[in-house]
Amino acid sequence: MSSTAADPERESPGRNDPSAGVQKALLGIGWTLVGVPLVYGLVQTLRRVVTLFTG
Amino acid sequence: MASFLDRSRTVAGPGYSRWLIPPAALAVHLSIGQVYATSVYKSSLVETFGASLTSIGVIFSIAIVMLGLSAAVLGKWVDHGGPRKAMFTAACFWAAGFFVAAIGISTTQLWLVYLGYGVLGGIGLGIGYISPVSTLIKWFPDRPGLATGMAIMGFGGGALIASPLSNQLLRAYDSSYDGTAGSVASGSAVAQLFVTLGVIYLVAMMYGAFTIRVAPPDYAPPGWDPSTRKQSSMVTTASVSANNAVRTPQFWLLWVLLFCNVTAGIGILEQAAPMIQDFFRDGGTTAISAVAAGGFVGLLSLGNMAGRFVWSSTSDVIGRKRIYMVYLGVGAVLYVLLALVGQTATALFVLLALVILSFYGGGFATMPAYLRDLFGTFEVGAIHGRVLTAWSAAGVAGPLIVNGFLDARGTPGELVAADYRPALLTMVVLLVIGFVANLLIKPVAERFHEPSDAAAPAPAAAR
Repeated sequence: MSSTAADPERESPGRNDPSAGVQKALLGIGWTLVGVPLVYGLVQTLRRVVTLFTG
Repeated sequence: MASFLDRSRTVAGPGYSRWLIPPAALAVHLSIGQVYATSVYKSSLVETFGASLTSIGVIFSIAIVMLGLSAAVLGKWVDHGGPRKAMFTAACFWAAGFFVAAIGISTTQLWLVYLGYGVLGGIGLGIGYISPVSTLIKWFPDRPGLATGMAIMGFGGGALIASPLSNQLLRAYDSSYDGTAGSVASGSAVAQLFVTLGVIYLVAMMYGAFTIRVAPPDYAPPGWDPSTRKQSSMVTTASVSANNAVRTPQFWLLWVLLFCNVTAGIGILEQAAPMIQDFFRDGGTTAISAVAAGGFVGLLSLGNMAGRFVWSSTSDVIGRKRIYMVYLGVGAVLYVLLALVGQTATALFVLLALVILSFYGGGFATMPAYLRDLFGTFEVGAIHGRVLTAWSAAGVAGPLIVNGFLDARGTPGELVAADYRPALLTMVVLLVIGFVANLLIKPVAERFHEPSDAAAPAPAAAR
C-alpha cells in the first residue's frame, strides 16, 4: 500500500470539513462528551480513595 | 455506507483543528477501558452460573488474549483501512459482545458469555485500542507521546467510569442489591447492565468513528518545523513495514520490555486489595479494613491513568529510551523497597505502589511513540498491534507468577508481608531484564527501511 499520485487522499483532502465556526462548536461538544464522564469517574474514585485514609 | 467509512472520506483539509481528534480517540478508549471494571459483577456471575471464580475469570482472560491477537492480525487492515472503518468495526464488535453475553447470562449459558464478551468483545478491544494511535501520531508529529498518552489514558479512565456507573445501574435494576461487600446483584440485573453498557458504548464509539479525521498528506502543525524532529539518532524519518519490523531485533527488544513492565505491574494490580491488608497484618488481624483496601485499589487506578498521560508526555521532552530506563530501572528499585521495607508504614507502601503503577501505565502509553521513533509512521498501528501480544502474554504470566508464589507460602487471609517477597523480587528480576533490553535498543538498520517512494512521506513543510 503506498501513497501515490492517484491516492484519493491527495485529490480532495478536506472536502467534508465543517466550517471554522462549526469546528469550534464541535470542539466544545467533543471535549464535554468525554470530559463529563471522566470527571464523574474521577470524583467517584476519589471518594473511594478517601476511605483509604479514613476507613 | 461503506464509502463513508473509507479512509479517503476522512482526510481533513489544512485548516482542520487537530484538537478535534483526541476526543474521538478518547470516546473509543474510555469505552473499551470497561474491561478493567469486571470485578463489579464477578460475584453475581459466579452465583448466576454456579461456576468457580476461575471459570468466570476466564471471560476476562479470553478478552485480553483476543485483544492481543486481533490487534496483531488486523493491525495492517486498521492502518490501511483508516481509523473510521476501524472504530466503526470496533464499536460493532464491542457492543455485540455485550449483547451476546447478556443473552448468555439470561439463559445461563456461560459459553455464550465466553463467545460474546470474551471473543467478540476482545476483537472489539484489539481493533479499538490501536485504531486511533497512528492517526494521533500523524496529527501530533511534534508531541507524539502527549497524543498517545491522551488516548491511552482513556483506557485507564474507562474503568474509573464503568465501575461506579455499573454499581449504580445494578442498584437500579435490582432493588435488593446495595453495592456493599457481600451483596450480590441478580443475573437478570447483570444482563440488563450488559445491554445498557452495550448501547452506551455503541453510541460513544460511533461518535468517535464519525468525528475522527486523518491528517492531510505532509501535515505539520502551525509553527512546527519538521526539520527539528530528527534531533536524535533514535528518531527515524524512514519507514519500516510491519512485516519487516518483526524481523528486527528492536521489535523483539521492545516486546520483551513491554512484557516485563506489564507483568510487573499486573503483579500488584491483581493482588492490590489483599496485598495491602496482608502487608499490615499482625497476629492474625490486619490494620487495613476491606473498605480502605478498596480505596487503595481506586488510588492505584488513578496512578495508572495519570501515569499514562504524565509520563508519556514527559517522554516527548526526555526521549523514549530514557523514560523506559526510568520505568524499568527506578521501577525495579521501588519494587525492592516495597518488598523489603514496604510494611514499615502505610504511607510508604501506598506511595511506592502508586509510583510503580504510574510507571505501568506510562509503559503502555509511551510504546506507540517509541515505535514511531524507531519504525516511522508508515505502519505504526500494525507494529503496535503486534507488540501488544506482549500484553496478552503478560496477562497470563503476571497472575501465574504472583499466585504461584503466594499459593506456596500459605492460605489467603493468613499471609504476611514476607510471603510476598519472592514474588516481588521475581518482578525485580523481570524489570532488570526489561531494563537491559531497553539499553540494547539501537536505530533500525537501513536494510529494513522501505524505499522512499513506497511509504508515506515524512512531513516536509509546515503550513
